[in-house]
Amino acid sequence: MLTVSGLTKQFGGFTALNGVSFEVREGEILGLIGPNGSGKTTAFNCISGALPRTAGSIRFRGEEIAGLTPDAICHRGIARTFQIPRPFRKLSILENVAVAAHFGGAQRNAEAEARRRARETLELVGLPADPAASPALLGAGGLKKLELARALATGPKLLLADESLGGLDHAEMSGAVELLRRIRGELGITIVWVEHIMATLMRVVDRVVVLDHGETIAEGRPLEVAEDPRVVEAYLGEKIVLA
Amino acid sequence: MTPGRALGLALAALLAAGPFLPLGGMKEYGLHVMVQIFIWSFIGGAWSLMGRFRLVSLGHGAFLGLGAYATTLLWNSWGLTPWLGGVLAVLLTAVVAVIVAYPCSRFQVVGHYFALVTLAVGEVVRLLIIAERNWTGGSLGVSLRPAGRDSLVAMQFADKRVFYYAAFVLWLLGLWVWARVDRSMARSAMEAIGEDETAAASVGIHITRFKIGITVLSASLTAVGGVAYAQYISYVNPDTLAGIGVSLRIVFAVVLGGMYSLLGATVGTALTIALGEYLRIVFGLRFIGMAETIYGLLLIVFIIFLPSGIYGSLRDLVQRLRSAPARAEA
Repeated sequence: MLTVSGLTKQFGGFTALNGVSFEVREGEILGLIGPNGSGKTTAFNCISGALPRTAGSIRFRGEEIAGLTPDAICHRGIARTFQIPRPFRKLSILENVAVAAHFGGAQRNAEAEARRRARETLELVGLPADPAASPALLGAGGLKKLELARALATGPKLLLADESLGGLDHAEMSGAVELLRRIRGELGITIVWVEHIMATLMRVVDRVVVLDHGETIAEGRPLEVAEDPRVVEAYLGEKIVLA
Repeated sequence: MTPGRALGLALAALLAAGPFLPLGGMKEYGLHVMVQIFIWSFIGGAWSLMGRFRLVSLGHGAFLGLGAYATTLLWNSWGLTPWLGGVLAVLLTAVVAVIVAYPCSRFQVVGHYFALVTLAVGEVVRLLIIAERNWTGGSLGVSLRPAGRDSLVAMQFADKRVFYYAAFVLWLLGLWVWARVDRSMARSAMEAIGEDETAAASVGIHITRFKIGITVLSASLTAVGGVAYAQYISYVNPDTLAGIGVSLRIVFAVVLGGMYSLLGATVGTALTIALGEYLRIVFGLRFIGMAETIYGLLLIVFIIFLPSGIYGSLRDLVQRLRSAPARAEA
């Protein structure tokens, strides 16, 4: 579905991504992991068009999307969330999602249709669809849900979820994991998931890609990857514990 | 009918009957002040279409001047009716707006930098008008060639009431456009862009298209205001219709009244014009610059203490008072 090959991103003299290649298959949940600064979020930024890549190719459903603007990539069916939630604080929760539903699809949805879809999506993630509710009322967990709802409202085929669990407590975390499963299962949306909390991620994903210093060091099933000596080394000798 | 709506209708009826109210010797003066308030409120409303989305332009004088000068010069040189001249002037202004907005959006010139760019644009237009004095009249300005009699084609009338009603309709038109934008999805998109361009783009909003769109709309309406003002005063001058001075006066009026509410620009403009007239009468020629000093002080006070302006803050207060008893009952 998505084929990234030779993706390179340089910030001045610093190489954040150095020829990263991996593939996302239709219908899977792919975990993208790696130590801090290994280039996970940069990869997301390049795929979603938020940052221009330095070199390499990104093909989505047979079409080259590298070099397109973020809105064009969104229209083609790739949605993303942000690691640190970036809600539109002046808009209500409903409007936040409705604006995504209105502008984010391949065709522009009518306003009434966009609001209807926004309500559905809010219901799915478990947020109030009350037109007066403001994102200012939401805590860390709620903001993460809003990120997901806004991304989902654009009607994506591929969801790039950046640390959807960060800052959540235990109950919220299992709720979020359940949500990601439902997004894939019920909506049929393929997911690439970046996460720090390894144990949880490894239980959910079908396959993992491991980045270190901007390079792909392993790709495969969670169990195999966790045993890979290069991965163990990248994580400073700690073995990834699969609870 | 809500009390607010009833009040609004009563006010509109009063304004519509304005020229026929018995005002005695003050009538002409009263009409003159009202025409000014209508036209400058319209222009302020046009400015706030951008300002409310954090596209703070300090150069709307450029668009005002282009509208006023293009129409006036077309009439004076070729006798082209201001109706047609106005359309050409607005088109010209729209083109200039695209030339300003496109690179600003493309290279993410936002916030203070955007304000500075527009400030420069306003001055460039003013200096160009002064420099091209052979056909613009330079810093002395230029008078509208009189048609000799009342003429719809020339948009010239001896009777102030004609201008009063024209300006009134223009003002209503401005409010209508503002309300339309306020209720549209485009407003949500612009709010999103104003807050976080990266996040807005990630949900499929075409940033450049929206920024250019709102800039062109705001600039075109401002140019229309320029045309109206030039026709009414029948004299154009680079210092009153372009450059920093007038640009800042527009901004000040809107900030004073409140840029996030429908009537904010009108309240602010009415207050600044009233203040200006009052100071002019009190101080006369004794303290030149006094009005500007007081404007400046008020502006600082308002930006710090009442960021949503007089009207906006009052409206918020009324809403809070109204919802408080409702909550107490629940």
